[in-house]
Amino acid sequence: MTRQTNSPEHIEYVLRLGDNALILGQRMSEWCGHAPVLEEDMALANMSLDLIGQARMLLTHAGKLEGSGRDEDQLAFLRTEPNYRNLTICELPNADFGRTMMRNFLFASFQVLLWERLTASADGELAAIAAKSLKEARYHAQHAGDWVIRLGDGTAESHARTQGALDYLWTYTAEFFAATPGDDAVAAAGVGPAWSSLEAAWEAAVVPVLHEAMLTVPARTPFRSYGKFGRHSEHLGHLLAEMQILQRTYPGAQW
Amino acid sequence: MERKEWPLWEVFVRSRNGLDHKHCGSVHAPDAKLALQVARDVYTRRQEGVSIWVVPADHIVASDPDAKPELFDPAEDKIYRHPTFYQLPDEVNHM
Repeated sequence: MTRQTNSPEHIEYVLRLGDNALILGQRMSEWCGHAPVLEEDMALANMSLDLIGQARMLLTHAGKLEGSGRDEDQLAFLRTEPNYRNLTICELPNADFGRTMMRNFLFASFQVLLWERLTASADGELAAIAAKSLKEARYHAQHAGDWVIRLGDGTAESHARTQGALDYLWTYTAEFFAATPGDDAVAAAGVGPAWSSLEAAWEAAVVPVLHEAMLTVPARTPFRSYGKFGRHSEHLGHLLAEMQILQRTYPGAQW
Repeated sequence: MERKEWPLWEVFVRSRNGLDHKHCGSVHAPDAKLALQVARDVYTRRQEGVSIWVVPADHIVASDPDAKPELFDPAEDKIYRHPTFYQLPDEVNHM
């Protein structure tokens, strides 16, 4: 068995992966019962549950690595805002269906690259989670990418909205690749790649689809978001209030 | 604003290798590729299948329900069409 490092950087790395899945899963679940058609309602709920399933495995694993007895529920429901390590893009409001699909496409394409590399992680548990999650992420990227193409290359209205979604979300994708202090340690230990090393592969995956969708890829701006460092947008607090209320009102509640 | 319904697709799912695709329902989708995806999301969430076919519903030619008497009733008294009257030799009796 591979010896696990359990360094703070390692724990943080797993927490980032888990929080991305948790927060986007929670956010996307808001579509349940509200999607434009029944078929997409099912698809969005399925994908939310895929993400929440990933979050459960990752947070359970992070709790074990941490070794202070916190389980998935304590990590999911009893932390405060600055302790969440998700990318800001995951907590942004859904807005319309077009922006939801654009976010899913940009994020799932990034997740695919992460899971692909993490299947070879020196952390055996993480490698197993990656192998399972990779199939889900590939479907999410495919599904959302197909919608991006159809909406971008659709009517004048759908094109304008999709371009607007891309312009808005693109600024948040710089955060995917921002270097973090633990990058070298985690990469050296074979736990996982520095996210900054994935930028070229990610652009190679998303840009052709955006072009096929007749969209203009925005230029990078100096704007930076810092969710994965614990500095979140104003939207996370509201999401957490709804997600946490039950465990905070009835601590330890089970059903 | 004009609101057009997406076309209807009939969904057939093969539950296991070796079995036939069976009709299991229908979905609305704008095109064939998305019809397959939504069929996957709606009808195979609980591991119901290993393969999906979708067919535009308007490409299915159906018999007329009012024509049931002339189409199907005449077979009622043709019991000799069932292959149950043949005495098979012992060697092949498990056919």
